[in-house]
Amino acid sequence: MTEQKNPESLGKAVPQGLSVTTYQTVGPYFKIGLEALYRGDLTQPNIPGQVIEVSGTIFDADLIPVPDAVLELWQADSFGRYMDQPEKNPFEDSFGFGRVPTNEAGQFRFRTIKPGAVQAETPARQAPHILVSIFMRGLLYRLITRIYFSDEPGNANDPLFRSIEPGRQDSLLAKGDPVQPHRYEWNVYLQGENESVFFDL
Amino acid sequence: MNASDPPQTRLPYRNFQDGVLPPNFCPSYVSSVKRAPRQPLVHLPQTISELTGPIFTPPENIRPVDLTKGSHGEALGERILISGQVLDEDGRAVAGTFVEIWQANAAGRYLHARDQHNAPLDPNFTGCASLVTDTKGRFAFETIRPGEYPWRNHHNAWRPAHIHFSVFGPAFATRLITQMYFPGDPLLPFDPIFNSVRSKAARERLIALFDWETTVPEYGLGYRFDIVLRGSHETPMENKL
Ligand SMILES: [Fe+3]
Repeated sequence: MTEQKNPESLGKAVPQGLSVTTYQTVGPYFKIGLEALYRGDLTQPNIPGQVIEVSGTIFDADLIPVPDAVLELWQADSFGRYMDQPEKNPFEDSFGFGRVPTNEAGQFRFRTIKPGAVQAETPARQAPHILVSIFMRGLLYRLITRIYFSDEPGNANDPLFRSIEPGRQDSLLAKGDPVQPHRYEWNVYLQGENESVFFDL
Repeated sequence: MNASDPPQTRLPYRNFQDGVLPPNFCPSYVSSVKRAPRQPLVHLPQTISELTGPIFTPPENIRPVDLTKGSHGEALGERILISGQVLDEDGRAVAGTFVEIWQANAAGRYLHARDQHNAPLDPNFTGCASLVTDTKGRFAFETIRPGEYPWRNHHNAWRPAHIHFSVFGPAFATRLITQMYFPGDPLLPFDPIFNSVRSKAARERLIALFDWETTVPEYGLGYRFDIVLRGSHETPMENKL
């Protein structure tokens, strides 16, 4: 901690120790700060795998779409590996991070490579999934959830997915379009009968 | 271990202590009522998915950022300097992490289409920037002291002066979005967002310190704002599922 040199200020300095910094809402005006890093297309020519598109809507307690939310994504590549080595610009030079806002109709959309089953973990490897953080005015902390895919048989053996009560598992599933199987729909319900599963981490 | 090296064994992060996190559902913050989930959160064990995230190769030294230089001249208002360090709870520097900042101008107005506050925009102030912490986790920027602004939460509601901060940290588990406040702001005791945090110590950590080290003679006042991310457990990752 910096020493306060001026005796006048000594009594006013707040002892901070190393207690953790807490969260505050992203507020209504985050666009000016966060827009530069909007990434709705995670695909890159040198990253192999199946290109998919995920879209959906965020609904509030009254099923009114939320037009001012931002979602952040973090995912493994198609081999189930996370690209988390230090890079000159990890948002440009490696794969796995995305950030998309909702539009006026509360909808978001992103294009990516379908993640593979996450490797080398005990006791079981994890089914393909994307981690999601959601920020918006009205949320003081963040919402943490995961997107799984309805066409993945491995979901039944995924330790986390399996631990969710069956009636609520559906909210974690992106549903493949029967006609265009590379398109998935995944909606978020903030409250109510169909409230999505949110995690504490 | 050098703070800038990627951890070889990924350790899970410590839990937040009681009262440190604001609850999402907080009726005095009116927007939360229709938006915050009501079901209890489901415990998410920390797997490799949560223990990884995008990381930069940190620059050797701080590259100072200046928000006060507009395309046509200097932004209006009181010039201030802010410096700080991103650390974890064990005091280890968080090097090479991406930080975004955004704020209102001196008159309390954001350069945002939805901000209808009847206060002037400043053509020389966008109020946003991003930076990467250096090998010691340090950052510094120069800006204009943001104005307080009204909002519609309750009668005569005004937000205390604040700067929004977004910090990635080393992993998905450490992702943080918060606000920095100023010492002595008379609006702090009345702000439902600041006071949503039950722990007094956690609230006070959000208030920058006036700092002579950062203050530049004949130029501008300096503030110190250190950001402390969750520390790691000392035992290796175990999957509790
Ligand atoms: Fe604000």
